[in-house]
Amino acid sequence: MATKTYLQAINDGLRQEMERDSNIILLGEDIGRFGGCFGVTQGLFDQFGEDRVKDTPITESAIIGAATGAAAAGLRPVAELMFVDFIGVAMDQLFNQAAKMHFMFGGKIKIPMVVRMPQGAGLGAAAQHSQSLEAWFMHVPGLKVVMPATPYDAKGLLISAIRDDNPVVFLEHKLLYGTTGEVPDDPYTIDFGKANICRKGENLTIVATSQMVLTALDAAEQLAKEGISCEVIDPRTISPLDMGTIIESVKKTHALLVVHEAVKIGGAGAEIAAQVAEEAFDYLDAPIVRVGAPFTPVPFSTPLEQAFIPNAGRIIEAVRKMRG
Amino acid sequence: MSLSNEQMVGMYTTMVKIRQFETRVQGFFAEGKIPGFVHLYIGEEAVATGACAGLRITDYITSTHRGHGHLIAKGGDLKQMMGEIFGRTTGYCKGKGGSMHIADIDLGILGANGIVGGGGPLANGAGLAIKARKEDNVAVCFFGDGASNQGTTQEALNLASAWKLPVVFVNENNGYGISCPTSKSMAVTDIADRAAAYDIPGVVVDGNNVLDVFEAVSEAVKRARSGDGPSLIECKTYRWRGHFEGDACVYREPGELERWVEKDPIPRFENKLLAEGILTPETVAEIKTAVEKELETAVTFALDSPLPDPSDLTRDVYA
Ligand SMILES: Cc1ncc(C[n+]2csc(CCOP(=O)(O)OP(=O)(O)O)c2C)c(N)n1
Repeated sequence: MATKTYLQAINDGLRQEMERDSNIILLGEDIGRFGGCFGVTQGLFDQFGEDRVKDTPITESAIIGAATGAAAAGLRPVAELMFVDFIGVAMDQLFNQAAKMHFMFGGKIKIPMVVRMPQGAGLGAAAQHSQSLEAWFMHVPGLKVVMPATPYDAKGLLISAIRDDNPVVFLEHKLLYGTTGEVPDDPYTIDFGKANICRKGENLTIVATSQMVLTALDAAEQLAKEGISCEVIDPRTISPLDMGTIIESVKKTHALLVVHEAVKIGGAGAEIAAQVAEEAFDYLDAPIVRVGAPFTPVPFSTPLEQAFIPNAGRIIEAVRKMRG
Repeated sequence: MSLSNEQMVGMYTTMVKIRQFETRVQGFFAEGKIPGFVHLYIGEEAVATGACAGLRITDYITSTHRGHGHLIAKGGDLKQMMGEIFGRTTGYCKGKGGSMHIADIDLGILGANGIVGGGGPLANGAGLAIKARKEDNVAVCFFGDGASNQGTTQEALNLASAWKLPVVFVNENNGYGISCPTSKSMAVTDIADRAAAYDIPGVVVDGNNVLDVFEAVSEAVKRARSGDGPSLIECKTYRWRGHFEGDACVYREPGELERWVEKDPIPRFENKLLAEGILTPETVAEIKTAVEKELETAVTFALDSPLPDPSDLTRDVYA
């Protein structure tokens, strides 16, 4: 096993799957010789050539539509959008076409495709290049939504996504690309709908996604010094969502805090909180609390952007409040 | 379209201003003083300058991610622009927008835009408002060769033509969308050819010749003002810097940049004005010094301005 960055782990996954299955093609803007906006596809053009690593014009709608059509016709495309924000241009192809074809056609067609999109704030990229949009995708039946938080998960979940017979939205976080961790050299898969208990704890359950998993672990570390033991759970895929693991944890800790970077209102955390309220209300000692971004577009200026992104301090404060 | 000497000197000054502005931004970005991304306009100054030279303050423009030049050419305030790029409260957007989102509605600037192809439909909307109010203003949509492949741009061209909107589509063909050369992103050589599909005029001009751009855009503006509908002007140019600051430009052919630097729009125009006696070496030096001073003031203003307070975060979400 080697230490790799999150970015290298995704690159690894793409390369190994492309070596295994010649039906896999990549599509996206500047993914060829340029290696992708953040460098994720570096080297793949040289190895697989331009028939399999296809630089597209700036036409997101055509990219997602082509991936959908290619999947319907037997390929296994992996499309990259430079920033998740640009899915706005292509949303119809994703949610009205790709997500629904299997169902609308009575289960007679499969759409095995992956759409990789980096999201998240922290680079000063402002309102149209920094959003976290997982709730949009989670709300669409027919899509699977993956949010890896570690290099290990990134590779395993990507390989699972490529082998899945459904359209999978694979949400990377820009600030995670440089983070490192142990990644097996050989291909491996991680099942969708299986949460990762990142830290065991007794007093409170924190469910966090993507980059916020690291922030939550940091907060949990600090809270441990105060004698508060937090269990940190990363669902890894929010559709399907492993509510079993979350509910089991809540039954043990009797308290739930949900953390995500996306704006709190209408976020994925609302769904998790609601399901826990429906299924495990009697086990709760305190109201469920969510930490998310305020209801505002992502600002440009550094002090504002830093105030936008939930940090360990806010998580700690929320936990202390919950415990009265 | 005949230009007065004063107008020509004004155009020259604008180009110098854009160049100097961008050079300063480049320096500050390299020093790590500017957050986010910046996309510089160096080398393309003649396009914005020529296109905006004949516009009124009541005319609209929509800009792109590479917007500083458009904003300056439309009369944008350098202090507020610098303030925004540095993320200060005195900036055009109070530090909330940054380089990619600067706007000034009083000057008809409907914003730089982080979404490639986002501007065309907006320009049409401005055109619609102009028509509804029975004005003879126009809206100019700046967009890149890459943006011309977006559905939004083609949809906007179609709608503008079908509704005879007073919109001028000014294409800045600098040869690339990030790393992708136009030869790989489209089968046509001239984006202007696409005008035929919408039955509107499509004109190709030397985008490094400010007077050629001015002539072509002014003709299209005249047509739009008189109710004859949109046009598509393609300006062939080149961006000297990488797509964004920090781009290593691996996609460039050797010698390519140098060939374009020889066609630098600023000395070209300067030499012409010198030859015609409209400028003298002394006035050239004076203009450059004055621009330097103006920029110095803008930078000092920006750096002396406060950063926003976190309590401003949720302000302005709704009107
Ligand atoms: C919808 C959308 N897709 C992709 C991008 C990323 N992106 C920003 S600028 C750019 C290239 C634009 O090329 P062009 O329109 O030719 O303008 P230029 O950069 O050459 O001025 C791309 C792909 C974006 N901002 N928006």
